[in-house]
Amino acid sequence: MANDPISQFQIQKIFPIEVGGMDFSFTNSSLFMVLTVAATSAFLIFSTSGRGLVPSRVQSVSEMAYEFIAGTLRDATGSDGMRFFPLVFSLFMFVLVANLFGMFPYFFTVTSHIIVTFALAMLVISTVIIYGFMRHGMKFLKLFVPSGIPGPLVPLVTLIEVISFLSRPISLSVRLFANMLAGHITLKVFAGFIVSLGAFGAVGVAGAILPLLMTIAITALEFLVSFLQAYVFAVLTCMYLNDALHPSH
Amino acid sequence: MAGETTTESHAAIADTAAEHGVGFPPFDVTTFASQLLWLAITFGIFYWIMKNVAMPRIAGILEDRKDRIAGDLSEANRLKDETDAAIAAYEQALAEARNKAHGIASDTRAKLKADQESRREKAEAELNEKLQAAETKIAGIKDEALSQIGDIAGETTSALVEQLIGKAPTKTDLTKALKTAMN
Repeated sequence: MANDPISQFQIQKIFPIEVGGMDFSFTNSSLFMVLTVAATSAFLIFSTSGRGLVPSRVQSVSEMAYEFIAGTLRDATGSDGMRFFPLVFSLFMFVLVANLFGMFPYFFTVTSHIIVTFALAMLVISTVIIYGFMRHGMKFLKLFVPSGIPGPLVPLVTLIEVISFLSRPISLSVRLFANMLAGHITLKVFAGFIVSLGAFGAVGVAGAILPLLMTIAITALEFLVSFLQAYVFAVLTCMYLNDALHPSH
Repeated sequence: MAGETTTESHAAIADTAAEHGVGFPPFDVTTFASQLLWLAITFGIFYWIMKNVAMPRIAGILEDRKDRIAGDLSEANRLKDETDAAIAAYEQALAEARNKAHGIASDTRAKLKADQESRREKAEAELNEKLQAAETKIAGIKDEALSQIGDIAGETTSALVEQLIGKAPTKTDLTKALKTAMN
């Protein structure tokens, strides 16, 4: 069972809670959500507690994350997009730390579950839709009718735009979920090879070197993917928010 | 009959799935409610903390640093301006001092010149006076000598005439003769 590459995604109840026939148990997934939030908040708050004019190392990490996301958001949406800065920053930090936590052996990866990434994607898309209509009213629908398109093509282009808009939450959530899932399965499979080959005596141990090297390489790659997927999630969020702010492109 | 078999095999698959947990965990719908609830709670709290505690703090630090740098730059500019002003004042003072020194030097030179001139003039005047006095004296002496020449000539003439004719000429004749001779 432990060698099964899927078992790492198993959700186990820690405190069973059931309300009205619905299962709201506190699970290992919930635990790692809490840990992610607690660790990130603690780091950001304690690293900046010195309020150093010249930042310490940890403080400059926090400042770097802050300025990195601020720059990304400002580039994508302009200065009026800064109202969404707390949202984008929270999403980025949450996804990044959840991804990185998943890299610890025996830790649960919150973002390897489609429902979590889909919920985060829906949070972004519903923010876009609600804010878009609040700010622009019906003009928000111009988003689906790009200007400068010859008359006969308008229905076709509009249809494509609507489909692309509807597929956004799916692509946003599936991208993150699939990356984390596939990465962890690959890691587990290669790590499993090492153990299985090790059982075949000296030749097996010698043969296990190859999957060991692969595991190390994939671990490094997974760290990169963890960061990259959090960044991609944040950048796409910024781009979608830009549509809400400036619907006529 | 055939339909029954299919139902049985389906039930068998469902049983195996139940034994191994429930198939593929991320697609296990029964865990969705719990995950959504706990994600909403944790992410909500996280968003609140970020928005109200962590981000204002970092923003404050960055703002302070920006202000401090801007303040330091303007302070540096102010000091530079002050230095420039001090240098200008110094140069002006130097130029003034130089001008003043020039003035004093030329004044002194003029004063000395005037002094010298006046002394020279005084000395010349004195010399002229002395010259004048000497000339008057010489003229006096000359006149005296000349007048004595008349007397001497008279006496000599009278003696000569007495020797020649044995009788001394009268004073009147003598004077007359002398006057014609001397003119």
